[in-house]
Amino acid sequence: MSFITRGFSSRRGERDPRLPPGQSLVTDWPVLSAGPTPEVDPADWEFVVRTENGAHSWNWDELHALGVEDIITDIHCVTHWTKLEMPWRGVPLDKIWESVETEHDYVMAHSYGGYTTNVPVEHLLDGKSWIAFEADGAPLDPEHGGPARLLVPHLYFWKSAKWIRGLVTMPSDEAGFWEQNGYHLRGDPWLEERYW
Amino acid sequence: MTSRRPATWHVATVVDSRNETPTARRIELDVPTWPGNDAGSHVDVRLTAPDGYQATRSYSIGSAGEGTRIVLAVDEVPEGEVSPFLVHELRAGDQLELHGPLGAFFVWTPPPPAPGETPRPVQLIAGGSGVVPLYAMAAAHAESGDATQFRLLYSVRTPEDVFFRDELTALTVAEPALRLDIVYTRRAPPDWPTPPARVTRDRLQAAALPAASRPRVYVCGPTPFVEAVAGWLIDAGHRPGDVRTERFGGS
Repeated sequence: MSFITRGFSSRRGERDPRLPPGQSLVTDWPVLSAGPTPEVDPADWEFVVRTENGAHSWNWDELHALGVEDIITDIHCVTHWTKLEMPWRGVPLDKIWESVETEHDYVMAHSYGGYTTNVPVEHLLDGKSWIAFEADGAPLDPEHGGPARLLVPHLYFWKSAKWIRGLVTMPSDEAGFWEQNGYHLRGDPWLEERYW
Repeated sequence: MTSRRPATWHVATVVDSRNETPTARRIELDVPTWPGNDAGSHVDVRLTAPDGYQATRSYSIGSAGEGTRIVLAVDEVPEGEVSPFLVHELRAGDQLELHGPLGAFFVWTPPPPAPGETPRPVQLIAGGSGVVPLYAMAAAHAESGDATQFRLLYSVRTPEDVFFRDELTALTVAEPALRLDIVYTRRAPPDWPTPPARVTRDRLQAAALPAASRPRVYVCGPTPFVEAVAGWLIDAGHRPGDVRTERFGGS
């Protein structure tokens, strides 16, 4: 039902094919958080995966020891901005899942500060997600989720939970924080799964 | 959770567009299919060019309630793609597309009557154009007649940059009254008691409801402003879950 708004014209020339529908390029890095930025010291940081079979935890050094990868990826925020070819460093979820036994198909990611977001397990494995500590060549700033955040760049960026603290597996999909407050349960930017 | 209103695409017609500040425009839209919106929610505005090019941006709504008229107040982002068009080109009679209402978290709705329970006061803290959703909350509060105590701390560059000046002033004498504290950061009115300066930890402490009164706090503004204010609030004893934030721009 799209129609032309009088007087509006494209000022950006050719649209970059790496931009999902409804997205615009940014070069800075906007910050979106629902509340205050929690302070988390890497010395106290712990990452826990809890399943129907028990829990497994890693401290800062133990998680790094699983093997840190360099990643170059585009990120897409539901508020219509996309950042291209951003360098990150982090540990792939695949390495973490080598120690995890579960029949569950979904996880709820939990953050320091209380944020939650739900993700299907298949969207986390096979090189699709990381626990990331660095972006743009520097340790992650607290307002961008430091010391560590989940990185699931093929989904809208609210799925890449800042200040990640752990994952709890679930037999069925349940809504996390933004998913209860207006955002889509899955969040594929190429399908524009933004809102309820 | 608030009542869920269906977010869908709407066609909006500009009813009025006028200067709000030297850099911002107040745009009133008629949206016949609008389901109403809670105070503090936002909307996606989509513009389409003759060649099919589209650009979409999110804007807070400066109005609330059940009507089919909504108000946006758009500050121009220099070198921006959408806001300069909305500020300089858009005029009465033009049409654009909206998707909304959006957001069920950074909203305020009148608390349901709970016998024997003291309602929690509300502290609003705005930086610049971040006042738009907070003004909608303050107006909705006055409209509801709800007795909850409301305060707004508003950081703004100069007197000319104040959004909704007349409306905010009217709310300070409405019943129930909004307590309004403006902090001018670059230039204050001639008779102003304090010289222009940014909001600091001390000024926040002096002008905001104390943590002991357990206010619900809504903070909206540029990222550095919100980061600083939210950090001071936590240091002052406010619980993180009581502080809701909305940020714009990069860090």
